[in-house]
Amino acid sequence: MQFTLKVWRQTGPSEKGAFATYDASGISEDMSFLEVLDVVNEDLIEAGTEPIAFDHDCREGICGSCGMMVNGQAHGPGTRTATCQLHMRVFNDGDTIVVEPWRSAAFPLVRDLVVNRSALDRIVESGGFISVSTGAATEANLIPVPKVVADAAMDVAECIGCGACVAACPNGAAQLFTAAKMQHLNLLPQGQSERYQRAERMVETMEEYFGGCTNHGECQFACPKGISIDVIAYMNRDYMAAKTKNRKLTGQA
Amino acid sequence: MELNAHVPEGPIETLWNEHKFNMRLVNPANKRNFKVIVIGTGLAGAAAAASLGELGYNVTAFTYHDSPRRAHSIAAQGGINAAKNYANDGDSVHRLFYDTVKGGDFRSREANVYRLAQTSVSIIDQCVAQGVPFAREYGGGLENRSFGGVQVSRTFYARGQTGQQLLLGAYQSLMRQVDAGTVRLVPRTEMLDVVVVDGKAAGVVVRDLVTGEVSSHSAHAVVLASGGYGNVYYLSTNAKKSNATAAWRAHRKGAAFANACFTQIHPTCIPASGAHQSKLTLMSESLRNDGRIWVPKDQNDVRPADEIPETDRDYYLERRYPAFGNLVPRDVASRAAKREVDSGRGVGPLKNGVYLDFNAAVDRLGEKEIFERYGNLFEMYERITGEDPFDTPMRIYPATHYTMGGLWVDYNLQSTIPGLFVGGEANFSDHGANRLGASALMQGLADGYFVLPATVGDYLAGMLGTKTVDTAHEEFKKSEADVADQTRRFLGTNGKHSVDHFHKELGKIVWDRIGMERDKAGLESALRDIPALREDFYRDVKILGDGEGLNDSLEKAFRVADFFELAELMAQDALHREESCGGHFRVEHQTEDGEAERDDENFSYVGAWEWKGTGQAEVLHKEPLTFNYVHPTQRSYK
Repeated sequence: MQFTLKVWRQTGPSEKGAFATYDASGISEDMSFLEVLDVVNEDLIEAGTEPIAFDHDCREGICGSCGMMVNGQAHGPGTRTATCQLHMRVFNDGDTIVVEPWRSAAFPLVRDLVVNRSALDRIVESGGFISVSTGAATEANLIPVPKVVADAAMDVAECIGCGACVAACPNGAAQLFTAAKMQHLNLLPQGQSERYQRAERMVETMEEYFGGCTNHGECQFACPKGISIDVIAYMNRDYMAAKTKNRKLTGQA
Repeated sequence: MELNAHVPEGPIETLWNEHKFNMRLVNPANKRNFKVIVIGTGLAGAAAAASLGELGYNVTAFTYHDSPRRAHSIAAQGGINAAKNYANDGDSVHRLFYDTVKGGDFRSREANVYRLAQTSVSIIDQCVAQGVPFAREYGGGLENRSFGGVQVSRTFYARGQTGQQLLLGAYQSLMRQVDAGTVRLVPRTEMLDVVVVDGKAAGVVVRDLVTGEVSSHSAHAVVLASGGYGNVYYLSTNAKKSNATAAWRAHRKGAAFANACFTQIHPTCIPASGAHQSKLTLMSESLRNDGRIWVPKDQNDVRPADEIPETDRDYYLERRYPAFGNLVPRDVASRAAKREVDSGRGVGPLKNGVYLDFNAAVDRLGEKEIFERYGNLFEMYERITGEDPFDTPMRIYPATHYTMGGLWVDYNLQSTIPGLFVGGEANFSDHGANRLGASALMQGLADGYFVLPATVGDYLAGMLGTKTVDTAHEEFKKSEADVADQTRRFLGTNGKHSVDHFHKELGKIVWDRIGMERDKAGLESALRDIPALREDFYRDVKILGDGEGLNDSLEKAFRVADFFELAELMAQDALHREESCGGHFRVEHQTEDGEAERDDENFSYVGAWEWKGTGQAEVLHKEPLTFNYVHPTQRSYK
């Protein structure tokens, strides 16, 4: 297969960027999109041009490192797919493919396709945890968790923190990411003690960095784990409750 | 160099508790005066940094990723073992200990393994309290499954993403400490040297991957949790950035490197589809619980799998190992697959795999149940190969997955450099010559949550009142200069080939000659070819750009340079170990029916190598292994 790649090149956050056009030929349909970038990079190095910088690591869709806009879509065509899981058999021979970095003010550009997503860590840092120090845990089976609850928590805990939801959102909102982390913990019995404090802190930290949600719903289609925007409604419910609930009564219905 | 494992005297059952009682403690008010550096934020690193932070130490955690959550622990699929005996099937701490020592082919230290088995129980408690969404029974209790190499169900799991969920638990605990101000997190920063002053670890030299800035950081103690070296093979299931540099630089500064030749080849990976392959993808070993492995009996059989009748199939693991069948340990399953493929009975377009077939399990349990158990793995497989495992059996083949070898550590997980501790896959400690499934997550978390916080504390107690070494000290300046020199050398070479070109060439040598099977002639040729290729690398590598910004090629060059030296040590270690054990299979040492032949009389020791300088032969030191609780027998899974 043969492709024409139009790739965003920018040497640093304050430099001027531009698209560069590269030819990728001799591509097998079994190759992943990142392997195509590898091939292009080898050719670039050979020709004396600096290779395209892009984040990647596990190349099996779990570490959340990779992420780029492919033909205007976060992680490219296909549902529930990270860029590293995008295989060339989904494209047509001869296609032109446009590749850009995540687009969001909260993700400043580092170089080429690499952006800084540390704002996501700030959200987790503000409350995306259960405060239990090492050694302070009780015997595991003393905390029964109904299977449906554990499954629902797992559905959202699968988030890989790639930032596609933010990149896909016209507002650059991080509601899906934040709600997924929050609901993973808020659904579980272990997460109840800090539920409202968590909701308040995470939402307010999120709003320091990211845009507002206006229910476009693009995020759930971009999400490589298929996380549903239902969680955003749950997050809003918990946030409102956090503002009105007398937390001394948390232990009561 | 003298190896002292510092295993306390006494009965193994109470050893760790006694030892903890005998350790010195640090007063809470003094803890914040102690600086600890943690390198790596995978399971071991994040757990150690979080736990040390909770105790009140002043911790700095470095990771080369943009976030701690990216560490390769995230990719572990199948599960984590713990001796909870929730299944009431005869499990116990002693049995987990026994299985691990036996599974490691009697090349691990009994006291360490016993502690690991004991600690496993607390790990599950800790993770559940953190909110790790483990699989549950309908009654709300935790569910268990069985895993390769054992006959009890002791594996806890979170769908096929156990590593992800455990790492997120550790990462969240770490971020809680970042919020509390006890841990300073430094992402996108790679450790390039350990600094040793007066025989003790005094700090590290790191490079900021975004700005290229090289800086020194001092501490009272340094914890390395930088992972394994599987990427020495180029193609492996490891993430692309996983590397041995932190461990290797420590080795060059005096930390002995143990059992380098003990590498694990995982039996269930997706076969390579061509020369473009950049990494291999593992399919969780848990699939072997319900999948049956087979090849056509006739090597010329080109029929699609569903047209090959039962009578023409060879379920070779069930035939050769009736007791364990498809659940034999990883090394046994891997070599058996290699034997089938080498004999021409491989399947798939390149005839480079064997079938893993779920038909029988679907008939027994239904498609829904199988999807529930392995849905995400099936999807992952289909995405990569374009084939649905419900229609066509999976094709699998072994790939490098884990390295049991690593920096030598004593019972306290301290290396031969005082003040330098090593946790997780980066150390050699608990798996001997072969690691059992679902044990890597257990060991990483045992080290990080429970062992290191105790033993590092004991070391620090002895440092009370001392200041960290000033980073203006000549040893720091020398390390910074070395890094700058190496950067200049790489950027100034302007040769013909990319770093990846050399890495692939190195990988071929290591896979062919220090892979699933090794022999004297191959190892000797590797010892000739690796240094020659390394010379080519230094002469002919081409790295563009400069050292002042994000430069992927430059990062890789540092890592590959270290892989070259490590590969040579692997060959040397494999050559000297004239026996077959676990992941180390010497063709010259096998029984008549092709099983590994261990030599306990001559090789029941840990082989720890001491660096003597560039171009000098490394020196072997032996830590003898004694087995007082599990009597060495030939492993038999028949």
